Order: sequence, then C-alpha cells, then structure tokens
Amino acid sequence: MTTGDPLIVLDGVNKWFGPLHVLDDVSLSVGRGEVVVVIGPSGSGKSTLCRTINRLEPIDNGTITFDGQPLPAEGKPLAKLRSEVGMVFQSFNLFAHKTILENVTLGPVKVRKEKPAAARERGLALLDRVGIANQADKYPAQLSGGQQQRAAIARALAMQPKAMLFDEPTSALDPEMVGEVLDVMTSLAGEGMTMVVVTHEMGFARHAANRVVFMADGQLVEDAPPAEFFANPRSERAKDFLSKILTH
Amino acid sequence: MNVLIDKFDVFAGGFWLTLQICFLAAIGALILGAVVAVLRISPVPPLRAVGTTYVNIFRNLPLTVVLFFAAFGLPALGSNADFLRIPGLESIFSRLGTDLPYFRFGLIALVLYTAAFVCEALRSGVNAVPAGQAEAARSLGLTFGQNLRHVVLPQSWKASVVPLGSVIIAMIKNSALVGFFGVVGDLSQTADQLTSAGGYPFIPVAIGISVGYLIMTVPLGALLDRIEKRQAVAR
Repeated sequence: MTTGDPLIVLDGVNKWFGPLHVLDDVSLSVGRGEVVVVIGPSGSGKSTLCRTINRLEPIDNGTITFDGQPLPAEGKPLAKLRSEVGMVFQSFNLFAHKTILENVTLGPVKVRKEKPAAARERGLALLDRVGIANQADKYPAQLSGGQQQRAAIARALAMQPKAMLFDEPTSALDPEMVGEVLDVMTSLAGEGMTMVVVTHEMGFARHAANRVVFMADGQLVEDAPPAEFFANPRSERAKDFLSKILTH
Repeated sequence: MNVLIDKFDVFAGGFWLTLQICFLAAIGALILGAVVAVLRISPVPPLRAVGTTYVNIFRNLPLTVVLFFAAFGLPALGSNADFLRIPGLESIFSRLGTDLPYFRFGLIALVLYTAAFVCEALRSGVNAVPAGQAEAARSLGLTFGQNLRHVVLPQSWKASVVPLGSVIIAMIKNSALVGFFGVVGDLSQTADQLTSAGGYPFIPVAIGISVGYLIMTVPLGALLDRIEKRQAVAR
C-alpha cells in the first residue's frame, strides 16, 4: 500500500494537559494510501493524537509533518493545511443552522472558492455516494445519527482531502447505525484514501486496516498489521486490553 | 394633572429627543460592542487583551463618571466631538449638528458605556454555540473571520438577542442621565424645566415622564418576550 514518502509523520511528540502527560514521546508515520487504526483504553491519548495531526490540539514538543511540510502555526497556512485534511468527529458537528447540502458545500465555496453550482453538483454526488442524497435539504437535527455521520464524511470529502482523520466516528451511534458508517469508511479505505481512524470497532480494524496502533497511558505501545496484533499482541498491556474487549 | 395636557408639546419634544439619542446610541453601541466582542474572542492574545481591558473599564465605571469624562474631559482635550457631525445623519438628527456639543458628548458616553455590555451579551451567545461547531469549521480550513461569519455568529444570535434587548432597555433608562450633563430638552431634563422653571407640581410631571420612558421600553420588552417564546418552540 505504502508508496514513496510517508504523508503524515509524528516524531517525538509530547503533550501535557496540566500535569497529565497525554502524549508521551509518540512517533508514528503514515504512508500514502495507508489505513492506520488507533485503539486503546479511554484516556490513553488516542483522540488527542488524532487531533494533533490537523493542529486542533497544539503540541508541546516534537514535530509533525504533513506531506513534507511541518505543521504551520495559527493563520492562513494552517487553514490551508486543514483544508487538505478531512476530519470526522465523534459528535458529527454538522453545522446545525445549515442544511445537509449547505454543510457539504460551505468548505468548497468559501475555502476553495468553487462556483456554488459546481460545488452543489459535486456535493449532491457525494451525498449520493454515502447514501443520503434524499436528505440533502433537511437540517442535521432531522437526521438519524448514522445519516448525520455519513453527511459529516461527505462534508470532509467535499474538500478532496489528501488524508482523513476519524475521531471515534461510531462511538456516539446506536448499534444498528454503526454498520452504515463503517461501510462508507471501508469503501473509502478500499479506494486508497489515507486514513487515521481512532475507534473501538475491532471488526473494522481487522478487515480494513493496514496497521493497528495500540496506545496506553499516552504511549504508543504497539504498531503491527492487524492479523499479527490480534493474534499475538506482544505487550502485556495490549493482551489485557484485548482480553477485556474480546471476551464479550 | 393639567400640565400633561397644557405642556403636551414639551413632553412630546422630550420624548422625541430621548428617542433620537437612544436610537443613535443603540446603533453605535451595537457596532462598537460587536467590534469589542470580536477582539475578545480573537485568537490573537494582544487583541484579546485590548477587548478585555475595554470591558473591564467601561463595565465597571458608573455611567455618571463616563458622562463626566465625555462632557468635561473632551472639551479639556480640545474636542467638540465634531466627527459626529455626519452630513446625512445631521439633517435627520439635528442635535448632532448644533454648535453646542452636549448631545454629541452624551451620545459618546452612552455608546462607550453600553458597548461593554453589548460585547458581553454577544460573547455569551458565542459561548452558547457548542465548541464542536467552530472545530468543524476550522477543520474545513475556514479562517477565523469566515468561521465567525458563516458558522458561529448565525448560531450565537439566538442566544444573544434577549440579553442584548435587556442591555438596550437599560440603555434607554440610563439615557435619563444625559440631561444632567448639558443636554437640553430630553425627556428627563423636561421634568427639570417644567418643575423648577415652569413651577408645575412635581408628581404629574414625573408621571408624564414615566409614561414617556414606558412607551419606549415596554414594547421592546414585549418584543423580546415574543422572540423568546418563538425560540422555545423552535427548540
């Protein structure tokens, strides 16, 4: 899967929330077209890791480079970088005052200065792709959680990002809606999108990931292909974690 | 009670002048307050400090003191606030253009003072918008200004409008002070004219003045109640 230079590189990243060392010397490299799933217990720093990649969380030291460039400080260059990295949140965060289609076209029209008609056409195609074209003119609150999350994925895809970050995209969903969101993510992975996915969905990690990264207490403990990780976790911490979640 | 009928034109004139100063001050305070609010939520620390300092000064000083500074400080600095003699506006609000500057001074003080409260009302609305909305906008690559304009402000408006209305009602009542700082002929100064110069009994005059203020504030309050009810249904 990996070709050429890696797209995302974290090197010796540290971050503290007050006294809490939430990212402890984390280094990770994600190749172009690679799907990396980050798992671990709550509070292990995996969401924070995901959010540092587009600098929603600034880091205290270490370096992060995206597509060969170090992450810029606040301002226009950072806005440009963020437009190239799609982000999907646990709580969807669709713009509550805009329709689904307006949610999808806002970025292309305001950030990329696309013509509204062209953005609309592409937005509708994306909504069709995630299976909610018939909801285009509704407001987020009128949709189910699964539909909202698929709309949020379409909104991120509308920017034609180089990579997609998923921060626990199915954790706020009712169980019967998890599948429809994972289906969209799986097909995206199949098309060669570079993805960093923080999740508790072990099934997705098994079949869609190229690599599984296990985090605990702010440290990156294991980094292995999914088959290897699930069959033979090397660390005690990972064995313990897997025994807890896989026994039910 | 004859004074209410005999001097109706004086009351009406006072009402009209108070309405004028309140209208202009409301617009000025909304604009200045919005600017200060943007400073206070800006990602640039020095701008935030400027906004915070402004609010700390003008929210915490008595309006009387602000009026003192405007009415006596500005002339001491050699200013007659002539920048407010705005050509088109001057012809509608004639007091803006008079040589006697006290209407302009009073207006400046009301705007400066009220803007601090407008800022805080707007900011409380911004804080009511879930943080995830702004995060999603930032992740799409929207700049700070675009984020405010397209995502945050349209949603904060709902939570701001009722506190903003209360600020404006308070401002209308506060405008009663300008009569003591050289503004001749507004609603509260009318009372002074009629009682001390005209010799009319105080209570009927005070009732007339009260009615004048209530005509401005009660409908505004009722409008706010309606807006609030409509929002409750929408939620």
